[in-house]
Amino acid sequence: MMRVRWSAILLSLLLLSPIVRALDSAPAFEDAGLQARYEALTRQLRCLVCQNETIADSGATLAADLRRELREQMAAGKSDAEVLKFMTDRYGAFVLYKPPFEQRTWLLWLGPAGLLLIGMGVAIRVIMQRAKLPEQLDSEEDAIEKGESV
Amino acid sequence: MWRFLIPGLVFAVLIGFFVIGLKRDPSYVPSPLIGKAAPAFSLSKVEDPTQQVSDKDFVGRKHLVNVWATWCGGCRQEHEFLVAIAKQNVIPIVGIDWKDELPLAQRWLTQLGNPYVATGFDMEGRVAIDYGVYGAPETFLVDEHGIVIYKHVGILTVEVWQNEMLPLITGKATANGART
Repeated sequence: MMRVRWSAILLSLLLLSPIVRALDSAPAFEDAGLQARYEALTRQLRCLVCQNETIADSGATLAADLRRELREQMAAGKSDAEVLKFMTDRYGAFVLYKPPFEQRTWLLWLGPAGLLLIGMGVAIRVIMQRAKLPEQLDSEEDAIEKGESV
Repeated sequence: MWRFLIPGLVFAVLIGFFVIGLKRDPSYVPSPLIGKAAPAFSLSKVEDPTQQVSDKDFVGRKHLVNVWATWCGGCRQEHEFLVAIAKQNVIPIVGIDWKDELPLAQRWLTQLGNPYVATGFDMEGRVAIDYGVYGAPETFLVDEHGIVIYKHVGILTVEVWQNEMLPLITGKATANGART
């Protein structure tokens, strides 16, 4: 019983660890609103050295430089949109974790919905066909049964 | 008939995606800077920190901007080729020493040869951010009007130099349609 409880505590700590982890030891802003905006922005920007990490998670020096840039611009009163534009002007849309909807990315955005529609279409067709099936099947089964009984 | 054709088609499309995906370099990030003005900078020189080097120094001349650092292994590999290019006197190469230590950078240039007309010391990495640099070495080709016309990420090879950059430098290709 005791062991179960301990492992539960350890497991929940383990699950919490990615949330608790922070690279910059001190919060960037005293103002809670600014700090929240800062943290949200760092999670929207990709570290270009280690491409599957946001600059909030990455330990790369470039990510640290980009976080510094972010802090300075926010301290200077720039809006989220202005800061993001600064980044995309330099690194392209790739720096955003959520790519914009444009000519190059429409397949990426619409692809899953399209596949879902195709899948649903196929499923509906199969179900409709199956719905017709039982009568035929019954008669076939009858025939088989009759055949067997003869 | 359809029962076999459709999965076959889906499979073929999937294979098509995979083949394209295999040939692409996932670490390559296209630069939004191509066709735009090269970012302005003003940095102290590695060769002589009392002096400044600025983008204005090269207005009216095609030039290369090469981002390097002593901690960058690829830059060490690339250096010899840069020295060779510099000797040909085709185009001035401007260096940007990215997040480096000054004594190390100075020793690098005296020991390995200095292919740069000037090297800016970008200790804080701010100029590198303006140039959208994410992995040294990176080399930009800037035209007479200060417009970035080509960018190469990674070690500059003979192939890239001869097939992509040299035609743009000597003017044997148009700025936008140079990729062959």
